[in-house]
Amino acid sequence: METLVQAPAWVKERREQASRRFAEVGFPTTRQEDWRFTNIAPIADAKFPLANGTFGQASSLVAGVKLPGALTLAIVNGQFAAGLSDLSAMPKGVRIAGLRDGARDGADGLERHLGKVFNIDAHPFAALNTSHLDDGVAIFIAAGAVIETPIHVVTVTGGDGQAVTAHPRVLVVAGANSQARIAQTFIGAADSVYFNNAVAEVVVGEGAIVDYYTDQRESERAFHIANIQAHVEAKGVFASHAFATGAKIQRHDIGIGLKGEGADCTMNGVYLADGERLMDTHTSLDHAMPHCTSHEIYKGILAGKAKAVFNGRIIVRIDAQKTDAKQTNRALLLSDDATINSNPQLEIFADDVKCTHGAAIGQLDEEAMFYLQARGLTRAEARDMLLHAFAGEVLEGLKIPALREQIETNFFNALARDVALTA
Amino acid sequence: MLQVKNLKVRVEDREILKGIDLTVNTGEVHAIMGPNGSGKSTLARALSGHPGYEVTEGEVLYNGQDLLDMDPDERARAGVFMAFQYPVEIPGVNNAYFLKAALNAKRKQQGLDELDAIDFMKVVKEKLKVLHIDDSMLQRSVNEGFSGGEKKRNEIFHMAVLEPALAVLDETDSGLDIDALRVVADGVNAMRSPDRSFIVVTHYQRLLNYIVPDFVHVLSDGKIVRSGGRELALELEEKGYAGQTAAGARR
Repeated sequence: METLVQAPAWVKERREQASRRFAEVGFPTTRQEDWRFTNIAPIADAKFPLANGTFGQASSLVAGVKLPGALTLAIVNGQFAAGLSDLSAMPKGVRIAGLRDGARDGADGLERHLGKVFNIDAHPFAALNTSHLDDGVAIFIAAGAVIETPIHVVTVTGGDGQAVTAHPRVLVVAGANSQARIAQTFIGAADSVYFNNAVAEVVVGEGAIVDYYTDQRESERAFHIANIQAHVEAKGVFASHAFATGAKIQRHDIGIGLKGEGADCTMNGVYLADGERLMDTHTSLDHAMPHCTSHEIYKGILAGKAKAVFNGRIIVRIDAQKTDAKQTNRALLLSDDATINSNPQLEIFADDVKCTHGAAIGQLDEEAMFYLQARGLTRAEARDMLLHAFAGEVLEGLKIPALREQIETNFFNALARDVALTA
Repeated sequence: MLQVKNLKVRVEDREILKGIDLTVNTGEVHAIMGPNGSGKSTLARALSGHPGYEVTEGEVLYNGQDLLDMDPDERARAGVFMAFQYPVEIPGVNNAYFLKAALNAKRKQQGLDELDAIDFMKVVKEKLKVLHIDDSMLQRSVNEGFSGGEKKRNEIFHMAVLEPALAVLDETDSGLDIDALRVVADGVNAMRSPDRSFIVVTHYQRLLNYIVPDFVHVLSDGKIVRSGGRELALELEEKGYAGQTAAGARR
């Protein structure tokens, strides 16, 4: 392959290392604790061929979610698509590189960070992604730069009628005291089958403030696996907001390492599933240093025979005194056949810490339903109002107004569709 | 306006109301009094259509319609309002947004145009002024974090905006200090009109000093044991509920 020849030695090395690792561990099975409730056999068995980069519907899919005034970076089947991207709003202090070109040209910071934010040993699918490391986008925010322009990565997957596999890759490096808001949308043609295996790495420098939003709206027949891993240096602030309405099987691993004193992070998400779809979220928070805070709220709405898995791991290492960590997981089960496995996993080795977690799984509050009905709302209107309020707590965290409108519209349309099918 | 005939209501496995007869004409204010456990709140909740209250016998006619055959929201849109004894906290649902939806649901039913945000705010501001309620209550989530007094005032505020034909106040005075009680009573009094009826459920006569009823009924063990005018409430204050049994009423 041409690209393989062009890649510098360090890329080849990381690729081979990941390839060896994946050969050792293979696809995970339900015998492994981390995958107990999520059977990915449909992905392992299907052996969808690697996509070749061309996809006829890509341009209309990108256009459908393009945000006005944003930098738009399109990744089509894992390849950075300059032609579908829009860099006209490029502000000072932002540097964008296609990973392939960046690696070839020796872009500063790429070798230091790419593949270094996470541990491939812990994430078989991230190892698989890395073993195909070829292209994607890297976003560098210069130290001290405050970027108002939203940076939007649109990840499109599909093969014009053929089921394909893609391994998109994103790297964000935010320099000291910089600020940026980055969104990543995952999208494919409605009802198409494909396997999207994404990795995003984020480095939040000292005192930097980075928001990272993901909108997973893949085809409801697609398989979506994503690893989003962030390192936050001293006094850095990182917020991850994950929204998910699509995919037949979703597995999100979101891991944040608080690597410097006084770092702060938010890790919120809301997901929706119906039919026989599965939404698996594994979050991991590594409090490695003292005086760090973390806030986590994950919410799910499940209809039909949908299944969800929430595993929220918090590690407080021995040096991480004065840690303040709060985790909440809530899910609404709108039918008797919907299920969730919710598992907080706290590993605390320091003694002077505040660490709370709570899970609440249930139906809609019937007293609240009655109150709304007793004022004149129909049962369906009352239910919608309560569901919107439930999701609203997380949607409110979206600080890019156009993106918020786009995600809310998509979420509530999906909600109306999924709940109507159930009712 | 409202005719309740031999109403029997069961909650879980217990019969709470054992045959209530009550007629409320348009423009009248009826007070329902009685000791704890007599069934006062059960009557209010059964009238509003709470699913936990099962009507086993009897009939309720509202303007000639079978009220018991209507869903809670249909009753509300037809002009029946209940002020809750324990207003429910609903995180994430904006009070003004909810009230606008409720008002428009009712207007739609009446064949009126729905109010837009601007016209709705005009209506609301006027009501807030009459009720001496701070407009910060509008932008908070419904009842969330409200004090006891704020919750009851919010109920009266909802009532003022929805302008029901029949309002049922379920122990709206409980837990209120005298100032909050006055606000609530003033709100009700401002709405009294020849076209509107009230059923005021209360344990204490105190509220009736401010909302002067046309009729007072005493409930005991699921039945109305005495009915009279306002003086009955004063007598109850003096002598208490002891002796107000079915047998006592016959004496």
